[in-house]
Amino acid sequence: MTQYFSLEFITMLTGFLLIIVGIWGMISQKNLIKIVIGFSLFDTGLNIVIVSLSHIKNSTAPIIDKAVDVSQAASKIADPVPQALVLTSIVIGLGVTALMLAYVLRLYREKKSLDINSYTDLKW
Amino acid sequence: MIKKGILLLILVGFFAVISSLIINFTGNEALNPMAKHYAENGPSEVGAANLVTAVVVTYRGLDTLGEITILFIAAAIIGFFLKAHNADADRPSRLRKTSEILETASTLLVPTIFMLGAYIFINGHLTPGGGFQGGAVMASGVMMIILARPTSKFNHKLLSVLESVSGVAFVILGVLGVVLASGFLNNSFLPLGELGSILSAGAIPIIYVSIGIKVGSELTGILDSLKEHQNEI
Amino acid sequence: MSILLAIFLGLVILVLAGTAIYHKNTKVAIIAAGAVGLFASVLYILLAAPDVALTEASIGSGLSTIIFFYVLNKIRQTND
Repeated sequence: MTQYFSLEFITMLTGFLLIIVGIWGMISQKNLIKIVIGFSLFDTGLNIVIVSLSHIKNSTAPIIDKAVDVSQAASKIADPVPQALVLTSIVIGLGVTALMLAYVLRLYREKKSLDINSYTDLKW
Repeated sequence: MIKKGILLLILVGFFAVISSLIINFTGNEALNPMAKHYAENGPSEVGAANLVTAVVVTYRGLDTLGEITILFIAAAIIGFFLKAHNADADRPSRLRKTSEILETASTLLVPTIFMLGAYIFINGHLTPGGGFQGGAVMASGVMMIILARPTSKFNHKLLSVLESVSGVAFVILGVLGVVLASGFLNNSFLPLGELGSILSAGAIPIIYVSIGIKVGSELTGILDSLKEHQNEI
Repeated sequence: MSILLAIFLGLVILVLAGTAIYHKNTKVAIIAAGAVGLFASVLYILLAAPDVALTEASIGSGLSTIIFFYVLNKIRQTND
C-alpha cells in the first residue's frame, strides 16, 4: 500500500486521468476548437506520464555541479533519456496544435461553421 | 444520449486496460543500464554538465534533427494554408489603437527578452534550458512587437535566410563530427575543456546556438502567418 | 511534503481540464488549458526535470495559448 503514496504514483495517476479527460473532450465535444483543446490536454497528460516514469526515489535533476559529483552521479540523478524525449515531444506538440488550428481556420472560411456536424462531406 | 453512453463505456474499458499497469506500479529504485552508462560516461565523453543536453544534442542528436524538420514542415504548411487568399491586403484597418504604455514598454523590454533567450541557449550545456526554450523566449519577444505595432511588416527574406543558414550550420557541424571525430553529431572535434565552464563541451554551444536561431525563426514564422491584419479573405 | 503538493497540483490540473472541456465561453476554456500547462510545469519541477519544466512553461503554456487566441480572433473577424 505504501507504493501508492509516492510522488511517482500520484503524478502518473494524474497524467492518466488527464489523458482520459482529453480523449473524452475529443470525442464528446462538437466545437472544433474544443476538440483541439482536448488534443492538447491529451498531449500534456502523456508527457506527465513519461516524466513520472523517469523519476527515481529521492533523485535530483540530471545536472552535474557542486552538489552532485561525477563519481556519485549514477546513484543520485533522475533518468535523463525520458526527459530528453519529452523535450522533443512538447515542441512537436506545439507544431501539431498550430497545424490543427490552421486547418480549423481554413474549414471555418469554407463553411462559416465551427460545429463538427456540419462537415458531412465524407459521411456515407 | 445513447451515443455518449457508448463513448463512456469505451473510455471505462480503456481505463480498465491500463489499470493493471497502474496497480502493479512500484517505482524505480535505480537507473536502468543505458541511463547508468550515460550518467557515468557522459561527463568524460561529452563534457556537458547538463546530462539532458548531452542526450539531446549528442547521444540522440538525430532525433533533434528530425524534430526540427517536423517543425519546419508544420510552419511551411501553416504558411501555405493561410496565405492562399491574399486578395485585399490593403483594406482599412479596424484595429484598436495600441496603448502608449504597451508601445513604450515594448521598446524597453524586447531587447531584454532577446538577451534572455540568447542567455538560455548559450548556457544550455551548464544550466536547464537550451535551443528550444531560448528560441521560444525569442519568439515571445517577437510576439510583443506584433502586439505593440500590429501594422509593422516583417522582413521575410531575413527570416528565411536566418532559418536556412542555421539549419545548414547544424547539418555541417554534424558532418564535421563524422569527418573529424567518431560519428554524426559527435562534438569532440573541438576541445572538451573543463567541466562546468562556459567554453566547454566541444561543439555543443555552437550546435545549440544554431538550433535556437532555427527554432526561434520557425516559431516567428508561425506567429507571423497567424497574425491579424494580414491575409484576410 | 512534496507528496501533498503533488496531490494538490493534480486535483487543480484535473479541475482545470474539466473547465477547459465544459466551459461555454471559449476564451475561458483556452485560458484553463494554458493553466493546465503551467501547473504541469510545477509538477515537472517536483519530478526533478527542470529542462522539461522550462520547455512546458514557455512553449506549452505560453506560445500555444497565444496561437489559440490568434485563431479565435481571426474567426471572430471573419464572422462580421
